Amino acid sequence: MASEYTPRELMVSAAASEIDDGDTAFVGMRLPLIAFQVAVSTHAPNSMAVYESGVVRDSPADGFIHTMCDLPNLNRAVSTTGMIDIMSRLQRGDIDVGFLGGAEVDRYGNLNTTRVQAGDREIRLPGSGGACDIACMAGRTVLLLPHEPRRFVEEVNYVTSPGHAADGSGRETHPAPGGGPDALVTSKATFGFADGELYLRSVHPGEDAESVLADFPWDVRTAPDVDGGEVTTTPEPTAEELDLIRTFDPDGFWT
Amino acid sequence: MIAAPPATLREAVSAIPSGSTVAAGLALEHAIPFAVGHELIRQGTDDLTLVGPISDLLFDQLVGADAVSRIRAAWVGNVSAGTGYRFREAVESDAIAVENHSNFSIALALKAGALGVPYLPTQSLLGSDVFAESDLFRRGEDPFTGDEVAQVPAIEPDWTVVHAQRASPAGDVHLWGNTGIVDPAVGAADNVLVTAEEVVDGETIKSDPSRTAITREQVAAVVECPYGAHPSPVAGHYNRDNEYYLDYHDRTDTQAAFDEWADEWVYGVEDRAEYMAKVDADLSITEPTVAAEVRYGQ
Repeated sequence: MASEYTPRELMVSAAASEIDDGDTAFVGMRLPLIAFQVAVSTHAPNSMAVYESGVVRDSPADGFIHTMCDLPNLNRAVSTTGMIDIMSRLQRGDIDVGFLGGAEVDRYGNLNTTRVQAGDREIRLPGSGGACDIACMAGRTVLLLPHEPRRFVEEVNYVTSPGHAADGSGRETHPAPGGGPDALVTSKATFGFADGELYLRSVHPGEDAESVLADFPWDVRTAPDVDGGEVTTTPEPTAEELDLIRTFDPDGFWT
Repeated sequence: MIAAPPATLREAVSAIPSGSTVAAGLALEHAIPFAVGHELIRQGTDDLTLVGPISDLLFDQLVGADAVSRIRAAWVGNVSAGTGYRFREAVESDAIAVENHSNFSIALALKAGALGVPYLPTQSLLGSDVFAESDLFRRGEDPFTGDEVAQVPAIEPDWTVVHAQRASPAGDVHLWGNTGIVDPAVGAADNVLVTAEEVVDGETIKSDPSRTAITREQVAAVVECPYGAHPSPVAGHYNRDNEYYLDYHDRTDTQAAFDEWADEWVYGVEDRAEYMAKVDADLSITEPTVAAEVRYGQ
């Protein structure tokens, strides 16, 4: 039983659990930076991380990292190569799991990090970075978003990172080789994808399914709808995980 | 071009005319050539087309200084804080043109330039609005299998700017740490400007040829410029100045606020040494990892 923790600490724990031992993970900015370090320190000691800057690691960084290029992440890396090398592995289908964030997501896991509509005004965001590439070509992707109703939309304003085909047909008709979104972790719940569409898998401790689903503009399916299972409660971060998260992010900058 | 003598930063940057296409920030958040960027601003170089992957603050600063007419990039902002306010406002007011790329498509565009081929195919981009809303990329078919591919046309920058750990006066360059898209951007460029933490003799470079990332024939100028990448980190020299990124974010949400920031940090200093004298941060390396000795020999 863990002590008090923040919603983002729980998201890191849930994201870490999406990295299986032996996986090669494509690690993006923010929470995934911490999640890989937790995973490789606990249940996935044989996992590897690749970063689009060119860094390849098999161990936690030895200090807090704001970005993938901070020196603790270069120090004692396995390799510090370039982007063509890393993206080529992605394109060959050698990356098991990639992490993506975004401003908006729809029911098929399409993500927008380019521009959003706020009333009459269109707000420009930083753009894709490597997100479009990871979405197209990673074996599967895990999406990480704060649980805010404005982020869940019927149709994203701009498809920066393609999810499953918008008709729900999944990736079979999609030209990109990746498997598409496999999970969405928010600050209140964890969702899976079945037949290319989002469904509620678990709610975080203290949350209930009804209020979580009320934040979506469409009727979100739940585990019972998809496979006759049940909506479970997301495991709390363990004491060991919390200790690691607070070691890797001692001032709570990302968490 | 062979063996340019070491130049001052001012001389070297004055060779980049307004209207140039400049690739910079190519190692992503590592070793960003901020000193060159600030000198471009001081010299009033404008109408630039900027090329890069994740550009971090450098592009935002050049946009804020009205030096830019077009950006060809995958991500423009502030990695610590997300939004780059000057970029955002310039796009929303149509003050600059933006060509949206993904990181891989900008890498492939430069690689095509470096290879001397008109385009390269990829399995990325398809199904995205990065592809659909652009008149840049083309849908194509693999002539061997019939599979659908996206075609990314070559980019050949007039200038590629690289900050490195050390370079010889002749223009041979050692750099280490992650390289992002430095390699294809150097290969694709007409001219390369190198700033280095240290200018060393040619024998130092030849003592470790596997570390040589750029050779002299493309290099137009080498400038010794300690801390030339601050506030970004340089492996073996200094850490990232995280507070500087957050302070920039807090101080540039309006054009007037940016102008005040630039008066202090760009226009208000004569050169990089004066700039660094203003920096009040401990950027020292805490883990002095030294690579094991490498022997070439005969």
